[in-house]
Amino acid sequence: MASLRSTTSRILGSSRPSLRFASTQVRGFASNLSDGGKASQHASEDKAPRMKAFQIYRWNPENPTEKPKMQTYTLDLNKTGPMVLDALIRVKNEIDPTLTFRRSCREGICGSCAMNINGTNTLACLCRIPAEDNADMKIYPLPHTYVVKDLVPDLTLFYKQYKSIKPYLQRDTPSPDGKEYRQSKADRRKLDGLYECILCACCSTSCPSYWWNSEEYLGPAILLQSYRWLADSRDERHEERKHALNNEMSLYRCHTILNCTRTCPKGLNPGLAIAEIKKELAFSG
Amino acid sequence: MIAQRLGTTALRRVTAAPQNAFFTVATQKLTEEDARAMLDAQRLKRPVAPHLEIYDKKQTYFGGSIWQRFTGMGFTGLLYGYSLAYLAAPLVGWHLESASLVAAFGALPVAIKAAAKFVVAWPLVFHAINGVRHVAYDMAWGFNKATIIKSGWYIWGASIVASLGLLLL
Repeated sequence: MASLRSTTSRILGSSRPSLRFASTQVRGFASNLSDGGKASQHASEDKAPRMKAFQIYRWNPENPTEKPKMQTYTLDLNKTGPMVLDALIRVKNEIDPTLTFRRSCREGICGSCAMNINGTNTLACLCRIPAEDNADMKIYPLPHTYVVKDLVPDLTLFYKQYKSIKPYLQRDTPSPDGKEYRQSKADRRKLDGLYECILCACCSTSCPSYWWNSEEYLGPAILLQSYRWLADSRDERHEERKHALNNEMSLYRCHTILNCTRTCPKGLNPGLAIAEIKKELAFSG
Repeated sequence: MIAQRLGTTALRRVTAAPQNAFFTVATQKLTEEDARAMLDAQRLKRPVAPHLEIYDKKQTYFGGSIWQRFTGMGFTGLLYGYSLAYLAAPLVGWHLESASLVAAFGALPVAIKAAAKFVVAWPLVFHAINGVRHVAYDMAWGFNKATIIKSGWYIWGASIVASLGLLLL
């Protein structure tokens, strides 16, 4: 990056006067960056390096016959941000640009960086690197998904299943005042703990039942979404929605293993949502 | 990063000569069918991400749900096995009547007696206690995350203690 910066400023320096402003701006940014770099380097020199090894699952679709392997990268935690995603980004930026993973918001709202970290599924951006523990961190893609590359899983089926439950408001009666569909505060409260789901697929891919039956069983995330629409007082397709779930596979492959509730990085409770659907089906006769 | 991006944008503007081959990126246009075929070919070769062998062992190997199934299967197997053996006994000449089984068991050394009792007692106790938890789950009770983890370990503890107690009978 340093070499590129100097080239651009050299080119810009000798270019048309109209671009001068841009060039000084670039220099300004550049010097800020390098100053910041020096300062942090200074701080980290005082401390002993805290090395941490990250074992990361690698598979490259360009060489499909090559077996997936674990590759180890070692980082100094003094120079790395606190979260696993920071470590992954640092590996990609500084050690191995071929490492592939999804990430976007880095604050747990987009669900892109869902992966299996030290045995449980979570969002890399919400998962702290355990600093006290010297053991290697093990990072895999979401379990039992088809791997597109490295840590990128193929979620096509997951999204198709989401689409299959018609995740939108269905009603025929217009609202009395022709404006919005209102609901009471109590009815709105029923959606708390459901609408926050970001569909990161951590729960579905933590479920052994979903591992073995993903073609027919909807899995915790999609069932939580199903319940979100079943619990919505404004929706008028209650019976159709229930009927769609009332078969051997869609819902009842849930055996309350509850890995889903234990793994949810957003602290939601897919297990409970599924239990509520089962209860509703059982008691509605 | 910002500096780099600003720099490259400016650079592109400065050097935006059409014949400059160095900065032109060659892309290939694919028809929809070709793209689809490429994707399909790639999909066929995708590996399945590791699951049982890497997932948290506490959850996969000590889950109440799977042991409920294993213990249930064990008892079902025992029931069918014993029933069929009992049916065949007169033909084969085995003695599987209660009296002779009791006598045979009584003649075994104490350690083996205790082990055999435990092997039968633990699945029964585990299946019974965990069954209660499953009924609670059906009523949508006990889904708090902490409760799930704690009740799981309590059931393991309680079933082992209770089956050790049953050994003394």
